[in-house]
Amino acid sequence: MLPALQTNDTIQAIRDRALWMRRTAFGMVHKAQLGHPGGDFSAIDIIATLYVGVLRFDPARPDWADRDRFVMSKGHATGALYTALCGAGYFPEGWLETYMQPRSMLNGHPNRNYLPGVETNTGPLGHGFPVAVGIAIAGQLAGADWRSFVLTGDGEQQEGSNWEAAMVAGHRKLGRLTLIIDRNRLQQGAGTEETSGLDPLDAKYRAFGWEVVEVDGHDPEALLAVLGATPGDRPRCVIANTVKGKGVSFMENQAKWHHGVPNDEQFAQAMRELV
Amino acid sequence: MGHAAPVAEGLKDCREAWVATLEALAEADPRIVAVVNDSVGSSKLNGFQKKFPDRLVNVGIAEQVMVGVGAGLANGGRIPFVSAASCFITGRALEQVKADVAYANFNVKLVGQSSGIAYGELGATHHSIEDFAWLRPLTNLTVIVPADAWETAEAVKWAAAHEGPVYLRLSRMPVPDLEVAGRVFRPGKAEVVRQGGDVTIIANGTVVHLAAAAADLLAGEGIAARVLNMATLNPLDEEAVAAAAATGAIVTAEEAHVRGGLGGAVAEYVTAHDPVPVERLGFPGFLPTGSVDWLFAEYGLSAEGIAAAARRALARKRG
Repeated sequence: MLPALQTNDTIQAIRDRALWMRRTAFGMVHKAQLGHPGGDFSAIDIIATLYVGVLRFDPARPDWADRDRFVMSKGHATGALYTALCGAGYFPEGWLETYMQPRSMLNGHPNRNYLPGVETNTGPLGHGFPVAVGIAIAGQLAGADWRSFVLTGDGEQQEGSNWEAAMVAGHRKLGRLTLIIDRNRLQQGAGTEETSGLDPLDAKYRAFGWEVVEVDGHDPEALLAVLGATPGDRPRCVIANTVKGKGVSFMENQAKWHHGVPNDEQFAQAMRELV
Repeated sequence: MGHAAPVAEGLKDCREAWVATLEALAEADPRIVAVVNDSVGSSKLNGFQKKFPDRLVNVGIAEQVMVGVGAGLANGGRIPFVSAASCFITGRALEQVKADVAYANFNVKLVGQSSGIAYGELGATHHSIEDFAWLRPLTNLTVIVPADAWETAEAVKWAAAHEGPVYLRLSRMPVPDLEVAGRVFRPGKAEVVRQGGDVTIIANGTVVHLAAAAADLLAGEGIAARVLNMATLNPLDEEAVAAAAATGAIVTAEEAHVRGGLGGAVAEYVTAHDPVPVERLGFPGFLPTGSVDWLFAEYGLSAEGIAAAARRALARKRG
């Protein structure tokens, strides 16, 4: 059951939501025997913070023109996105049980035409960030006060389209755009730094005209402070240091859990740990 | 490129119709914006930029982000016309066109400039003859290939009013006005340019004019060739193709790769429903460098070449 948001303590509410998202997402992956739980779990605290404490939205009006936009560029981490949208009230919990079943609206990768709250279709890496830049330009052209946020994986930063987007956003001073990089240092097959190294990411984004902040991607208090901060006159890059598979002992920092799926025993153990 | 080809009397540069129409639409509708990849000049958007400096988004030489930005602008309530050389907006950003525009079904208008072999001398990297095959299977994406300035203007107007993704394939080659009485632009419907029942020539874009001239040649031999302007490639007007098959022989002619484009679409339909001979004219693959006129002549895209294809189709006609 989704925990009711009745606490006055936002930090505790984020923790409660994130715990529910982890348990629920892992249940979806267990049932479907498909999914990307490692990346779900590295991103969940970030996304829970956004939906509980930062974003302005109205689930009854997914197309509300003045909503804040969240673009999930790492579209394989649907366990994190779908539980966030469900938790935010976009659709009933029962829908989650259809995850990746034939004709489900909960695709293996998100589709905006199926599922309310999805801002754009993602899946192939390096797509969400350019679209988020376009969204931010639309806001800038309109002089609107809504904000846009985009979450990319760190391995995803190897796609060149991100650097086109970084250049355009820096040049156009898209101050209401926040890029969050889920820096878990693992990609599908190995470490990012062994594959095609990204460091120093902060210096790269600063050189492109961005404000850069590093944060512990599993600390709701720190995340809330950074993501909820008043926009400046430059786009903001939040490098969120995370742990792939965070929260389940046998998944943490294991590249194989990028798209690993639990057997019954592993699922039961995860449920014992996620309390 | 860079050369301003003199436009002979009676010929029009369809890009003039494109920008004049876009500017008029943008005056009336503030949602309309243009997105370019350093292609303000080649897209003829200098005037648009002067009139609406804030509404021209130049992302620089970056086609993937150009198309992605178009999708994002649509998310933000705008109607973006994303304009670039067709070889790059399709090929270089093909996955963005597929995932961000067609699959996401965003209200983005992609405008491919200098399509086909307009950049003849620049070589196969700059020829855009594969775009039909790349884009034709993309669900939601309406593909329109205007044949003249009037049709270009109508297509731009229709695209702006249509809720959904569109690819407009424009040329930079000057063309005459197509002479058809009482024209009405009907997306998804073929236009009958010449009546005739012996054979049907189906063409689009710059080639329609040659198809009409071919029909005139054939008329001198007592062959009544129907000519269709199939300006909308996707969705294909299957009713018109079925009627063409009923004439017993078909020729397709397009400024595109002979595989996967208009000829491919017609052949797919005909083989499934009413097999008749289909002679397909187009380009066979990577082309040598050369002027547009030379390349057209070399590959049989001429009135005589199309007429010859019609004779071949007629010779294969059953019974």
